[in-house]
Amino acid sequence: MKFLSEYRDAQVVEELINDIRLVVTRPWTIMEVCGGQTHSLVKNGIMEMLPREITMVHGPGCPVCVTPLGIIDEAIYLAENKNVILCSFGDMLRVPGSKKSLLEVKAMGADVRIVYSPLEAVTLAQNNPDKEIVFFAVGFETTAPANGLSVVQAHKLGVKNYSILASHVLVPPAMEAILSDPETRIDSFLAAGHVCTIMGTEEYDPIVEKYKVPIVVTGFEPVDLLQGILMAVIQLEKGVARLENQYARVVQREGNRLAQNTINEVFEVSDRTWRGIGEIPMSGYEVKNEYKAYNARTKFNLNLESVPENAECISGAIMKGLKKPVQCPNFGTKCNPEHPLGAPMVSSEGACAAYYHYSNSTVVEENV
Amino acid sequence: MTNNPKLSIKLNCPLPKLDFDVITMGHGSGGLLTHRLLESGVFDLLKNEHLDQQHDGAFLELHGKIAFSTDSYVISPIFFPGGNIGELAVNGSVNDLAMCGAIPKYLSLSFIIEEGLRMEDFWEILLAIKTASDKAGVKIVTGDTKVVERGKGDQIFINTSGIGTLHPKANIHYSRIKPGDKIILSGKMATHGIAIMSQRKGLEFETTIESDTTNLNHLVKKLLDHAGEHIHFLRDPTRGGVATVMNELVGQSKHGIELVQKDIPVDEQVEGACEMLGLDPLYVANEGLFIVIVDATMADQVLTLMHEDEIGKSAAIIGEVVSSHPGQVVMASRIGGKRVVNYLTGEQLPRIC
Repeated sequence: MKFLSEYRDAQVVEELINDIRLVVTRPWTIMEVCGGQTHSLVKNGIMEMLPREITMVHGPGCPVCVTPLGIIDEAIYLAENKNVILCSFGDMLRVPGSKKSLLEVKAMGADVRIVYSPLEAVTLAQNNPDKEIVFFAVGFETTAPANGLSVVQAHKLGVKNYSILASHVLVPPAMEAILSDPETRIDSFLAAGHVCTIMGTEEYDPIVEKYKVPIVVTGFEPVDLLQGILMAVIQLEKGVARLENQYARVVQREGNRLAQNTINEVFEVSDRTWRGIGEIPMSGYEVKNEYKAYNARTKFNLNLESVPENAECISGAIMKGLKKPVQCPNFGTKCNPEHPLGAPMVSSEGACAAYYHYSNSTVVEENV
Repeated sequence: MTNNPKLSIKLNCPLPKLDFDVITMGHGSGGLLTHRLLESGVFDLLKNEHLDQQHDGAFLELHGKIAFSTDSYVISPIFFPGGNIGELAVNGSVNDLAMCGAIPKYLSLSFIIEEGLRMEDFWEILLAIKTASDKAGVKIVTGDTKVVERGKGDQIFINTSGIGTLHPKANIHYSRIKPGDKIILSGKMATHGIAIMSQRKGLEFETTIESDTTNLNHLVKKLLDHAGEHIHFLRDPTRGGVATVMNELVGQSKHGIELVQKDIPVDEQVEGACEMLGLDPLYVANEGLFIVIVDATMADQVLTLMHEDEIGKSAAIIGEVVSSHPGQVVMASRIGGKRVVNYLTGEQLPRIC
């Protein structure tokens, strides 16, 4: 497949592994920020191919995993309203809220539908004028433009029975939160390629500058990831910290201005709670006041009591890179994809689920 | 409704004028409408000496060990590129019998129809059933038709059960699997699942991918005729895909399995669709596909036999049974890494981004 097979070439992979081996002299800890990258690392068995000096830790870039319990409870509360059709991306359905998941309330009769684009939900609203359609707008900067566009579109078309439950989170504040945590020790980041496709790379300059940490914007295929790791290791070994772009075939420095304009039209930056991590100031998007008619929180006057996270889940430590999934006492026993204690075990991009699905625990432990 | 090029009989609805454009509750009442629907439709089309007796059940004569299997079909959409629910219902039970090492002989056929199903659609489904059963060489000998109120079903559900006589050389059981055995996949995986998904509401994407639904019994018989005693296991990887069958096998046999990703045949378009949707083709459903686990010494011969057949022309050895890592399926990735292939929890859900 053009633009894919070249990046999965076994020969190129081998050469890159050798290059990394030649360059590396000391142990380095590198965090891949995006859950898609974690998924690819584990699915392709890349971690066991890397030299022992390199430890990969899995960042907070899984939108399903960081959506706080309270917001999932809000979605469930809305779905249980007989007048509401709740639309969501498939991933979110299995995530446990404080009492149940969307999949469970769907089985009990709630109208919950999987959509592939938020614009589908707008069409659904047009076709069901006597129902309220709520789209569960989850994701990082990557999904924000399309989710914002659905609001713009609904407004343009005069669709009044459409609103979104926004749970958007932003990557750079999360990276800063990790770097400022005294417990963490991350030498370098592979930044999330698709987030940068939208936002560009400029917003990472201040992080590189402030924390003296090399950041390499990286793609998702094996060759991308290994190239990203190599670029990071070269910087680390030289003792320099720069922002580099491995994913230049997709990511431009200024990002996608059109998409950014849509985000800025509909959303404003707000404080946000991250599941497992806690509140990070100015780390999310909320619907602007001008569009409050499309904000499900305002429309349905949502004001649910917040519920504490399950204390047995160490997802915070995992997403900050302090622990590996296999170091959790509940991994694979009390917590598994069927009965997840926390969100990282739910989404295929969650570090725990990726380890559970693809890793031989003995292989993984060697790399811990 | 789609035009299915596989149908050898052209649409020529002989249903009586008195009848309706759609199936109504009356068609399942057991009264005149049911009678007319069966008499002028089903019985006439699927005609054979057993069905013609129109008894409550069929009288069959079979010798030796028999295999018996049942399956229900609730697919949506009921018409999809490359087939419809009718041929799926026939091929499904035929293939389940073939996977037992049996020669499929007779099928039962039960419909649960939601009122409002277009008569024309019902007729096309029946035609597909007729064509598929003729092609597989099985007879439909008994059946049932029920109609449920609108909203209580999804257009049409079909159940088929099948009986077949065991092939004299067949001895298909997971206990016969042993380390060293080769695993052959009969063709390209994930084609059926992606063909169906391309038609799902809200997900329509343009593609020429067609379902590969077909009867596997003739090819399986040929393999059993030539290498029966060396074939240790057969299974069609329908729901849950190839990965699920592999996991069931390691669970039952207590051996390990090693797959080689680059050797597993997948159509390029199908692979592209999987990439786009965030699905792993290893877990996507298949129809006209089967897995053969064969003694290593006979693997090449079996593969050659498969290549001679249209259904098996893309067949490939995709891995082998091993004694290391018992109970676990491990796959060598395309780039040379290794990963575990586990059971999937619930449905495969497309990713957010």
